[in-house]
This record gives sequence, C-alpha cells and structure tokens, in this order.
Amino acid sequence: MPNEIVLSMKNISKTFPGVRALDHVDFTLRSGEIHALMGENGAGKSTLIKVLTGVEEFESGEIKIEGESQMIINHSPQEAQEHGISTVYQEVNLCPNLSVAENLFIGREPKRAGLIDWKTMNRKAAELLSKLDMNIDVTKALENYSIALQQMIAIARAVDMSAKVLILDEPTSSLDDNEVEKLFRLMKRLKADGVGIIFVTHFLEQVYEVCDKITVLRNGGLVGEYEVEKLPRVQLVAKMMGKDFDDLEAIKKEGKTAGKSSEAVIDTKGIGRQGTIKPYDLQIYKGEVIGLTGLLGSGRSELARSLYGADKPDCGELKVNGKTVVLHTPLDAMMAGMAYLPENRKEEGIVADLSVRENLILALQAKRGMFHPIGSKEQEELANKYVKLLQIKTASLDTPVRSLSGGNQQKVILGRWLLTDPDFLILDEPTRGIDVGTKTEIQKLVVQLAKEGVTVMFISSEIEEMIRTCSRMAVLRDREKVSELMEDELDQNHIMKAIAGGGTDE
Amino acid sequence: MNKGKAFIKRLTGYRLFLPLFCLVLVLFSNLIKTPGFFEVTIKNGVLYGYIIDVINRASDLVILAVGMTLVVAASGGTDISVGAVMSVAGAVCCFILSGGQQSVNEFVNPYILGVLAAILAGILCGCFNGFLVAKLKIQPMVATLILFTAGRGIAQLITKGQITYIRVESYKMLGSSIPGIPIPTPVFVALIVVLLTYVLLKKTTLGLYIQTVGINAKASKLMGIKSAMIIFLSYVFCGLCAGISGLVASSRIYSADANNIGLNLELDAILAVALGGNSLAGGKFSLLGSVIGAYTIQALSTTLYAMGVSPDQIPVYKAIVVVVIVALQSTELKRMVSKLQTNVKSGKKVA
Ligand SMILES: Nc1ncnc2c1ncn2[C@@H]1O[C@H](COP(=O)(O)OP(=O)(O)OP(=O)(O)O)[C@@H](O)[C@H]1O
Ligand SMILES: [Mg+2]
Repeated sequence: MPNEIVLSMKNISKTFPGVRALDHVDFTLRSGEIHALMGENGAGKSTLIKVLTGVEEFESGEIKIEGESQMIINHSPQEAQEHGISTVYQEVNLCPNLSVAENLFIGREPKRAGLIDWKTMNRKAAELLSKLDMNIDVTKALENYSIALQQMIAIARAVDMSAKVLILDEPTSSLDDNEVEKLFRLMKRLKADGVGIIFVTHFLEQVYEVCDKITVLRNGGLVGEYEVEKLPRVQLVAKMMGKDFDDLEAIKKEGKTAGKSSEAVIDTKGIGRQGTIKPYDLQIYKGEVIGLTGLLGSGRSELARSLYGADKPDCGELKVNGKTVVLHTPLDAMMAGMAYLPENRKEEGIVADLSVRENLILALQAKRGMFHPIGSKEQEELANKYVKLLQIKTASLDTPVRSLSGGNQQKVILGRWLLTDPDFLILDEPTRGIDVGTKTEIQKLVVQLAKEGVTVMFISSEIEEMIRTCSRMAVLRDREKVSELMEDELDQNHIMKAIAGGGTDE
Repeated sequence: MNKGKAFIKRLTGYRLFLPLFCLVLVLFSNLIKTPGFFEVTIKNGVLYGYIIDVINRASDLVILAVGMTLVVAASGGTDISVGAVMSVAGAVCCFILSGGQQSVNEFVNPYILGVLAAILAGILCGCFNGFLVAKLKIQPMVATLILFTAGRGIAQLITKGQITYIRVESYKMLGSSIPGIPIPTPVFVALIVVLLTYVLLKKTTLGLYIQTVGINAKASKLMGIKSAMIIFLSYVFCGLCAGISGLVASSRIYSADANNIGLNLELDAILAVALGGNSLAGGKFSLLGSVIGAYTIQALSTTLYAMGVSPDQIPVYKAIVVVVIVALQSTELKRMVSKLQTNVKSGKKVA
C-alpha cells in the first residue's frame, strides 16, 4: 500500500507542571489508513491530539501536513480545521442547550441573505444524521439526548466537515454494539475515500476489527508503531503496560455469588416516572451484583436514577432493608446507604476546578454534613488510600481534577463513591474510558465488594463486562423492565436475544 | 540566574500575584505625581493622610465585596441590589433611632436596636433575592434588579422622602473613629467582617460547597449537596454584608440619605471581585483577592483625586485603568501574545 503520508509528527515533547506528558513522540499517518493510538490511562494519547489540533502548545518537535511546504503549528481547533484536521475530543464539547442542528452547523450555518437559514439547516442536519441511521428531532436541545447520542452527533459533525485527517478520541466509550457497528461502517467508507483516521480506544477488539496500524504510547514515551496483523493481542497489552498481563483471564465464575442471601435490600413495587421509566417491580438481594441491560435509551440509567431519587419517581413504593422509604433527594438516598456513579462524567461527575482530594471526599463530606468538616489529615489519608487502590495517575492530591486524563477522572469519581462506604452501590458505566488493566481490577473490586456484603447495581454497554461481574440481570426495552435473566442464562446469546426481544422472555 | 528565573516564575504563578501587583502599581504611581501620598500625620488623635483615607474609605466596599464574592462564586451571577440594600439598612436604622422624626439629638430607641434592625433588613433583602434566584431560578441580574430599583424607593418610604439626621456623637463613631483609638472604625469593621467570613468558610464546609455548586451544580446535587440552599445562603450573606456596609455609610454622614448611600457601589463591588482574579462565571474564588480588588479601586479613586483630577472626570480615568488591569489578567490576551511570538519566530526562520 504505497499510500502517501498525510500527517507526520516528529519528536513532539510536552510538559505539564509535574508531568512529562509527551517525550519525543513520533507519529505518522497515511491516507486511507485507520491508525489506532493506544496506551494506558494517562499515557499521553489525548495530549498528543490536543497538541496537534492547537488546544495545547508543545515545547519542541515538528508537525507536517500533506500539501503544506513547511511545518505547521495550529493555535486553535479552527486553525487545525483549516489545515484539514477534524476532531472529536474525548469529552463531548458541544453546547448542551443549543439544538442538535445548531450543534452540527455551529460556525458554518447555512445562510440566506446574511441570516441563518433555519429551514435548510434543520433539513441538512436531519439528512446528515439519517446517514448514520439516527432519526431524532434535530430541533430539540442537545441535552435531551443521552451521552451516546451526543457522541454520535459529535462524530457526525466532525465527519461532515470534509477533512484529510479525522481524529476520534475514544468515540466509542459509551456506545453499544449497534452504534459501534454504524461508526465502523462510516469509518471504512471514509477510509476508502482516502481519509486518514486516528482512532483512540481502550477496546482491543475494536482495534483488531477496523485498524491497520497501531502506535503505542507508555508514560508519555513512544513504544513503537506496528502493523495490526503482526501484533497479537497479548503482545499489544504487554506493550501498553510494560509487563505481561492477560486481560482475558476472566474473573472466575465460582465464588461470584458467594454472598448471595435472601435478604432483599431493595424492593420496589410499581415504581415509575412519567416519560422516563414505566412502573417496575424489582428485588435486589444483599451481596449480589445485579446488571441492567438493554439497548441505548432502553431506560437503564433512568431506572437507576429513579431508585436513587435523582429523578423522583411519581408512583410506586420503595422498601430499603424492609422499610418503606420515600427518597426526595439524592441526599436521602445517600443517608439510606446508597451511592450512585452517574454515566455522564463531565456533566454530572467531576467538579473540574477542584483538586483530586476535594473531588474524592466531597460525597462523604456531604453525607457527614456541613458542620462536620473532614479534617485535612483525614482527607489526605482517605484520598491517598483511593489514589493507590484505583491507581489514579496524578501529579499530586492538589492537582485540579480537570488536568487528569479522562480515564483517571473516571477513577476519581468511582473513588468518591467507594469512599462513602455504601450498602447499595449503583454503577452506571463505571469503566467508561478506563484502560484494560485497570478495568479488570475494577471488575474484580466489584465482585470483591459484593462478597463483603455490598449490593451492587451494574450498568454497562459492554456485555462481556456484565457477564463477568453480574450474578443476575434485569432486561429493559423501551423504558420498561421486561424480564430478568438468572445466573445460568448469563451468556452472550441469551442476553442478546433478551435485549432484542427474542424468545427468552418465557 | 536560573534560580532567580524559577523564583520569578513561582511568584508570578501565585494566584494573587496580579491583583497585588496592580494594587502596588496604583499606589506607587503616586510616588511620581504626589510624593506626599504616603505621609501620615495625627490630627485630633486620629491618623490622617491619603493612604489612611484609602484604607478608611475602602471599608464599605470591602464589606460589600466579601458578600459579592460568595454570590458570584455560588451562582455565577451578580447581586446588583447591594447599593440599594445599603440605603434600606441606613434608613431602617435611622428610623428606629429617631423614632420617625426628621432630626434628633439623642437616641429615641437603644442604639443596638437600630443596628440589629438594619442588619435584619439587609438579611431580609438577601432572602428575597435568594428566593428569586435559587428557588424560582430567575437570572441573578434580573432577580436583583427588582431591589436595585425598588430598594431606594423603600428607603424613601421609611424616611418619608426626607433625610433623617441622627446628631448623636456615638452614632458617628462607627463611621469615623472612637476616641482614644487613632485608626478609623470602618477599618476594624471591614477587618472583622473579612476575618469572620474567612473563619466561617474554613470551619464549616460552606466554602467548599459554594465552589462545588458554582462549578457543577448538577454534580453537586447527585452528591447530596443542596445547591439551591447554598445559592440561597450566599444571597442572604450578601444581604447581611450590604446591611453592615449600609450602617457604616450612614454613620459617616450621621443620616439616612436614601438617594446617596451606596450609590453605584454595586458596580464597584462587582469590579472588586473581578479585579481580585475571580471568574464572574462562578466557581473557585479567593476572598483575599476581592479584598485586594476593593482596596485597588479605592486607591485608584483617591490617587486620581490627589492628582487633582476633577471629581466628574474621575470615572473616565478609572475606566481606562480598569480596562488595562483586566486586560493584564486575561488569559486570552496571553494566548494572543504567545501566538504572535511564535509567528514572529517562525517568520524569522523562513526569512
Ligand atoms: N491540562 C493539563 N494540566 C496538567 N496535566 C495534564 C493536563 N492534561 C493532561 N495532563 C497530564 O498528562 C498526562 C497525559 O494525559 P492524557 O490526557 O494525554 O492521557 P490519555 O492517554 O489520553 O489517557 P486516557 O486514556 O485516560 O484518556 C496525564 O498524566 C495527565 O495527568
Ligand atoms: Mg484521553
């Protein structure tokens, strides 16, 4: 394949206070190539992309782009766009309160007589999205849609701005198989058109499905560039982690349900909320890991939120440990021993400007109350403990959490809830954006917690992960709980059928 | 050499460096134009001089800025009613102390009663603003616009449209000085307000909560922090500060002048917060920064005055200096400069 080089980065270095984020990194992209950029959380993948597109400045090195005679430095994503580089960043950075159509065409609105031509814009937006099989109301504000749909919209926008280079930083982190499939079809089409694509992901199967080349980073340094066929999976993991590790060695099935008992921690009768989740009955027993599964928009998160009091249910009865309770606010739920890790890390999770330490202790602090501040020594101890447990990569405890890599931010929020020592832990996409090694650790941790008597509700778009951790599953379809799958039915086949509405209902 | 560079980098990286630098710059500009600026003498047992004047006169603003800082941090909006609330507090106090008469030579009611009533009035105004913003979710600027316009009317109503005079020596002390103490009283009042607020923010988790709510209200809610409550409290606190500030201002002129107490001071208070390096979009804040900002504004006014600029031209010069200071602190400007630098550099290489 004598494809020409569209982008070459040489000797790129970048230092943040206390962190060498990139250390003489080279990266080459050819036209018509899908190039995976791999590495652990905090390896420098997003930084390399930000340096390229002008979000961050770099100290040394050079960037060349096909068609430009000399090296270029982009100062802003707009400038990068002019050079033919189109990017979907790791954190969706669209405007939540603008309509979908506006988000798609912001900065390049179709005009008529100098004014924005809304009709054309809405029509074009709908066309663009239908190419991705998305038929949604483009005039509604973006915030009405799930994070997965927002991710798809961000992708659609980037793809539509015809480019030589398309960068996708963890675009699939909250997509389910269907959406991923759509995305891959799109990527292959662009590849055939000669676009060079940089693809960042922590899902190894996806790399082997669509990519041609892999560049691996570790701790800010370049490990190497490889042809996909010549780098088996085990070796790829070893290159990323710098040691041998078998991520597929599943958590042993036995012992998973050791803590199971007949004590219902949560018992709901007809709890529901108009427009978000239809009334459901659900019993959850002490020490089990119950999974919620279903397609995008099937109501998984909505069910979890109705339990937690985040969106107060408007009917039904909830019993916690046998006692009927009404949870008006999340604080009530926390006091009843619950914890809820929301799926949308940026909007509902991190408090960007506060330090790692503060982010970790906030929920516990809220639980203890305003007049019982956690002393600085205790804060430090607690924070250190969880930084260690979850291997959070941060320059210090006082680093603002916004300067952590995406996966490490996710770990901080997870830590925040583990720190409150809950009896009932709701995890909505807890491993979103987390690297292979740590992911396995977290899955193990969840199973371990369940053994110790914590009850866990686990939501994930990744069925593999659910099978590994859950002892039972509730299946949702169209905002309704339709069935439950018992331990012996938990395999790919059964689950897929149940989700799609196959014959496992009986 | 390298050590020195590192030191300068650490110094300039310090969050309050720029606000402090601006304050020092304004003060030192006097060395050239008004060398007598830093002279301090004692007149009638009280310290006297331009610099004392700055510290004294800034007190009202410092107190307001403290409240404003919390409002801005928690709600990402501003309370533009504080000036009017000051006049309400002044009117209430004078009304109680004069028993409704236009001018008295001794208190009709106990002094403490007047003070408490004024503070209560400030708090009530804060509750009203807080209710509109936190509970009814009205935009802060619009919500506080109500008291901004109605506040002085209310004050007029209380004083029956006239200036109420309290010609009692002890009433004047809050705004001037206490016999035997050379430092003007408002300085102490400001100091106490700042210190108490600081302790309140540190000893409870209020400071942490305010920042959390200001940065990410949705996340706060899911973590069990009642964001509406926190925002409400910040407005109440701001009202309280306005009340105290109103008392000081009224004592200075030993009267309740509904039209002039705290006039335009809300704008200075907002400016003080911004000059202190705080983002008006809310979130992380520095109380000390706002205090420095308040002193900077007063230093600027006094400096211009000392230079002989006529009072009606002062706002123009003030505006110019403020633009410069704000530009100095803008990160966007820094970005533009660095872009220019790299452009120049790469341009040189090509040539
Ligand atoms: N703005 C910043 N300020 C300080 N440090 C930063 C900043 N951005 C990134 N870093 C640090 O640089 C390193 C690389 O981060 P980067 O975001 O590139 O990781 P990543 O490979 O994308 O990880 P992930 O898989 O978690 O997304 C991390 O240690 C991170 O803490
Ligand atoms: Mg990243």
